[in-house]
Amino acid sequence: MGRKLLIHNDKVPGINTLEVYRAHGGYASVEKALKSMQPDQITDEVKKSGLRGRGGAGFPTGMKWSFLAKPEGVPRYLVCNADESEPGTFKDRYLMEKIPHALIEGMITSSYALGAKTSYIYIRGEYFYVARILEAAIAEAYAAGWLGKNILGTDFSHDCYVQVGGGAYICGEETALLESLEGKRGNPRIKPPFPAVAGLWGCPTVVNNVETIAAVVPIVNMGGEEYAKIGVGKSTGTKLISASGHINKPGVYEIELGITVEDFIYSDEYCGGIRNGKKLKAVVAGGSSVPILPTELILKTAKGEPRLMTYESLSDGGFQTGTMLGSGGFIAMDEDTSIVKNLFTFARFYHHESCGQCSPCREGTGWMEKILKKFLNGTATESDVELLWDIQSKIEGKTICPLGEAAAWPVAAAIRHFKHEFLEIARNKKFVDISHYDRLNLIRA
Amino acid sequence: MKVTIDGITIDVPKGTTILEAARMIGPEVAPPTMCYYSKLKTSGGYCRTCIVKVTQGSAANPTPMPKPVASCRTEVMDGMVVENTINNDVLEARKGVVEFLLINHPLDCPVCDQAGECSLQDLSYEHGAAKTRYEFPRREFERIDIGKYVQLHMNRCIMCFRCVKVAEQLTDNRVHGVMHRGDAAEISTYIENVIENEFSGNVIDVCPVGALTDKTFRFKSRVWFTKPVDASCDCKKCSGKVRLWMKGPDVLRVTARKNMWAEVEEFICNTCRFDRKSVSDWKIEGPSPIHRGSVISQNHYNHLNELKVQVMKQQKALGFMDINKRP
Repeated sequence: MGRKLLIHNDKVPGINTLEVYRAHGGYASVEKALKSMQPDQITDEVKKSGLRGRGGAGFPTGMKWSFLAKPEGVPRYLVCNADESEPGTFKDRYLMEKIPHALIEGMITSSYALGAKTSYIYIRGEYFYVARILEAAIAEAYAAGWLGKNILGTDFSHDCYVQVGGGAYICGEETALLESLEGKRGNPRIKPPFPAVAGLWGCPTVVNNVETIAAVVPIVNMGGEEYAKIGVGKSTGTKLISASGHINKPGVYEIELGITVEDFIYSDEYCGGIRNGKKLKAVVAGGSSVPILPTELILKTAKGEPRLMTYESLSDGGFQTGTMLGSGGFIAMDEDTSIVKNLFTFARFYHHESCGQCSPCREGTGWMEKILKKFLNGTATESDVELLWDIQSKIEGKTICPLGEAAAWPVAAAIRHFKHEFLEIARNKKFVDISHYDRLNLIRA
Repeated sequence: MKVTIDGITIDVPKGTTILEAARMIGPEVAPPTMCYYSKLKTSGGYCRTCIVKVTQGSAANPTPMPKPVASCRTEVMDGMVVENTINNDVLEARKGVVEFLLINHPLDCPVCDQAGECSLQDLSYEHGAAKTRYEFPRREFERIDIGKYVQLHMNRCIMCFRCVKVAEQLTDNRVHGVMHRGDAAEISTYIENVIENEFSGNVIDVCPVGALTDKTFRFKSRVWFTKPVDASCDCKKCSGKVRLWMKGPDVLRVTARKNMWAEVEEFICNTCRFDRKSVSDWKIEGPSPIHRGSVISQNHYNHLNELKVQVMKQQKALGFMDINKRP
């Protein structure tokens, strides 16, 4: 059994209440931090821990914190990005739903480290019921003196608010999130300036993922060096993986970074193999935007080494033969899956979620969806594959925010590794079974 | 600060953007723009036509920038090296942007009032492909009535946000903005509001395409049949420096004066623009200089063939498409 640091108590009855959470060692990190540590010491511990952002990009958290500008007389903010909207990713919801205090504890400790008197949890609109859970937990924390003025009798005062978003994927992009939090239209800002210099209301701001903030709790409790002992190389600690698709046991798993992908898919501790005894065909390893990989490349790297669940191993080989750990949205597909149909689902999503600010993404995502629709209704030609490739290459890297890339990468990877499927459909004018979409009235040929 | 663009080095003050530096060098190296407007704060960054490749970030940190950057929103660093027209990736990416801007554009230039002074027309001649690869129905919007003077034709809009910024920065009350998202996004006044501000007419001048046009001029004449004349008047609201578009003795249209980058020099008020349509209202200063972005000078040259050869030479050197050779 791997070590668990974040959701080890998730099955304890009543863990969502402060009383039970406290009885299981909760809020120890706040006590330790406020009573015996200087804010900079916490940042140092986070640096030592090697913790990397769990939202998808994997940027070292300690470094991000140290970039925070600290001008005199200007407030600083910590914003928790709980706008978890990537298809295939549902780890933050599990954490917030089951153990809301883990996030709030992390918010208080991190805010102390950053010198933030106010913090916000920006949660996606579809998670309104989770927002209620969080608000109840925050009310408990205020009543018990963990939030509010002079926490634990120290000088440190802190307020934490929950803000529910309107249900837009783009608001998971940190600058769009800040715009939305300010009450504006959730369009990504043009960077620079980065939020660490001019973020929320123009003040220095750190935006971190739910899991990243929750991971600060065990780091403060056990020390950064101890935390860094878990994992392989620059991928330290534990990671929540939301496993879905054609596996026997879909769900949220906490893994030690460094287990092999094969173990994760086939061991009984985690996914428990492919359902109905089918063969694995492909895996999207880190949420819908990362490149899809066929079985032979996801289990072993191009060099023939076993692939590990780490940032480095999954991205080994670049995008030619590798992928990314991303947000940990692990989607496994069995041999009966149509990659083209799956890609259409992704393309439809990115088209729907494009904010419309910059031209390549606004126009290109819709165009790609329309072409993929042709593959589903049997009107596609071979040249459409080339066209699709060309369109994605003209979106990737040319947009304001990473949504352009998120929309382009899955298309590129599907064509790179499964071009034969596209060509087969185009040559034989084959219809893909879309009865499922027909019911949803999504395809009008 | 020294910056090198397409091999030409120039000294510019701190805080200058790559685009402004390129414009200082001249139109040969200046990237085209659709959304950037030097007179409007925070404009630019959206259309992505001005993207360039930074092959050296600065003298202190010579690493190249990994992705192409929007030159209108990127400030130069000392020793920066930028490639625009000499970089094939940039030209290819720009071609892609033009294609994206055109796939949902109605291409109704023959009936569009903007034709002849349309930035999108120029852009697609210079950087676009001759043929479209888009085979689906184009996006269509209901027309929205936004007042007595301005016609909003959303089908032609390329979402440059300039008109929104004009309303924000020039007038005291913005009643229009962007609604919806993605390719359903549109400029709109919420619940059929009417734009009535005294400076609202400037949205017509800043619109790079024919999405916002002058109702008092609609279908009166093609712009290249009118003669631009600089004129002024003592206006209490604005500078009164305008351009009259004349046909014979009639003033068909009044606009602000635009410079060589198709940007207005000084914004004008609605009274000057819509109500002073007689020569007796104005003090005529003389014929306007005709700049890039205007077809009015076309066919007025005797040495046209000579000019064409020169233009073609230049276009080939810059890697542009030969507009006379259609595939």
